Amino acid sequence: MTSKAAVRAEGERLLAAFVAAGAVPVEADILQPAGTLLDLYGEDIRARAYVTDDPVRGEMMLRPDFTVPVVQAHMAHGAEPARYAYLGEVFRKQARGSEGTSEYLQVGYEVFDRSSPEEADAEVFALFRDLLVGLGLRPVTGDIGILMAAVRGLETTERRKAALLRHVWRPVRFKALLDRFSGRAPVPAGRMALLQRLKAGSPIALIEDAGTFVGLRTADEIAARAEALVADAGTPPIKATEAALLYDLLSLEAPAAHALSHLRGITPMLPAIGPAVDRFAARLDALVAKGVDVAALAFEASHGRTALEYYDGFVFSFVKDGMPPVASGGRYDALTAVLGAGAFIPAVGGVIQPGLVAQLKGASA
Amino acid sequence: MIRLGVPSKGRLMQDCFDWFGARGVMMKRTGSDREYSGVVEGVEGVVPVLLSAGEIPRELAAGRIHLGVTGSDLVREQLGEDEVAEVAKLGFGHADLVIAVPAVWIDVETVDDLDAAAAGFRKAHGHRLRIATKYHRLVRDFLQSQGVADYQLVDSQGATEGTVKNGTAEAIADITSSGETLRANHLRILSDGLIHSSQAALWASRVAEWSSADLAAYAGLAAKLGVAARPF
Repeated sequence: MTSKAAVRAEGERLLAAFVAAGAVPVEADILQPAGTLLDLYGEDIRARAYVTDDPVRGEMMLRPDFTVPVVQAHMAHGAEPARYAYLGEVFRKQARGSEGTSEYLQVGYEVFDRSSPEEADAEVFALFRDLLVGLGLRPVTGDIGILMAAVRGLETTERRKAALLRHVWRPVRFKALLDRFSGRAPVPAGRMALLQRLKAGSPIALIEDAGTFVGLRTADEIAARAEALVADAGTPPIKATEAALLYDLLSLEAPAAHALSHLRGITPMLPAIGPAVDRFAARLDALVAKGVDVAALAFEASHGRTALEYYDGFVFSFVKDGMPPVASGGRYDALTAVLGAGAFIPAVGGVIQPGLVAQLKGASA
Repeated sequence: MIRLGVPSKGRLMQDCFDWFGARGVMMKRTGSDREYSGVVEGVEGVVPVLLSAGEIPRELAAGRIHLGVTGSDLVREQLGEDEVAEVAKLGFGHADLVIAVPAVWIDVETVDDLDAAAAGFRKAHGHRLRIATKYHRLVRDFLQSQGVADYQLVDSQGATEGTVKNGTAEAIADITSSGETLRANHLRILSDGLIHSSQAALWASRVAEWSSADLAAYAGLAAKLGVAARPF
């Protein structure tokens, strides 16, 4: 068992390294307003984070990570470009029987920089690699931006694309939707019955027939979605070739350099991913400049999809079998727009668990 | 002595006593009608502990009772596999935990529809679609496994069916046996919205201390009940 003091010392060492790399050390409150986090991550976060009640401030959450408060602070009064570092406890409920701890130190590094996102991606990755060298960790990378570009480029309705994009971080529902939109899965029986009924009468008439009106969701909203369902039923399926490319993309796992040539190969058939693939290529160049061997670097197109839903570009983690990820991070441009009330800045960052680093060092000492 | 937690009143108590009685384990309340004590006859080393059915999961988890009879909905909501083991399903107290939406939501038939409606609702109203329930864990796990987003759970410890009409929720997740109350409150069950099919069951606490005498007594009880000779 690694002592708390050893973990703290490891955290301090990593924090000092982030500061030496140009970051300003920042603090964040442990008690965060629950509403902001719930609105961002949805109800699922309750299963992971501790929620408590304050008689004056309402529902509060024990900080499940630093990203949100750091982004908020930057959006409120940060100068650009900015690099921040932090060290402190985060709190996560652990599944029954799991060996993970529910309170642990996290040390992180975040870059807010408009000039060259790919350079910033490579900077963060290379910095983490250098700090974790010798621990026997395997880096894994991904790029959610390519996936999102592929969905945006599908030849189908905006409504279907929006439905898929909304569920990029929920692979089960994403696949169910894609299966249905591409005609691979039959329309569910309940939906068929619904469509039959909608054919028989106007939505408003059906709503009136359904009984006493209750609830905040208005008849107009109900009727609008009913009409959209009818319209969607008449939409041709996503072309088999296009769907096949997307399925192929979802399961793409290869060394990064090889993944790039594969992506270049399918770009003529899925031209919408072109700009995202160019950014991927630029990132690999930036990584090579930092001495990363991209011929060996693992790339998984679906990496990071089950993490908290804010990564929307480059994602990475440093892993070892039988352990939670020792470090992870990625790009979260969209999050800055959500928290920035209209303002936006490209952002990338990551966190390391000093406890796991200390444990690995202890084992190898 | 094995402490066996049983519901202290009502239909659930009677069904429970009948179930054990049919297997040669006679349970009855002793003393006055108002006194919560009882005896077990037909098997050695077992003492009944009369409890509110709602408290039995907590007592199992604390190890203060070795065995307990209560609904699987309460156990699955409150406890984990490392705390209790299911000994036998008792075949009564059937009730389903379901998701129900206003009957006038003609566009919502499945969980998939609910998810899409939640996205639209959030856009139109500026807050996540509220689902009233007291089964937070079961409902959240179910919706998470189905990849539903843009909803929030609001706590409702009673009269949950009325929350939609009262404007404090858009949908509900609650226990129903006939669906009668749901219909009376203008709600309709989603066709694939069955979260948990509950019934009364006999549970063994993994937390309680099982002495060798307790295990021997359990084997005697198990022989009568026709279940495995060890509790887990």
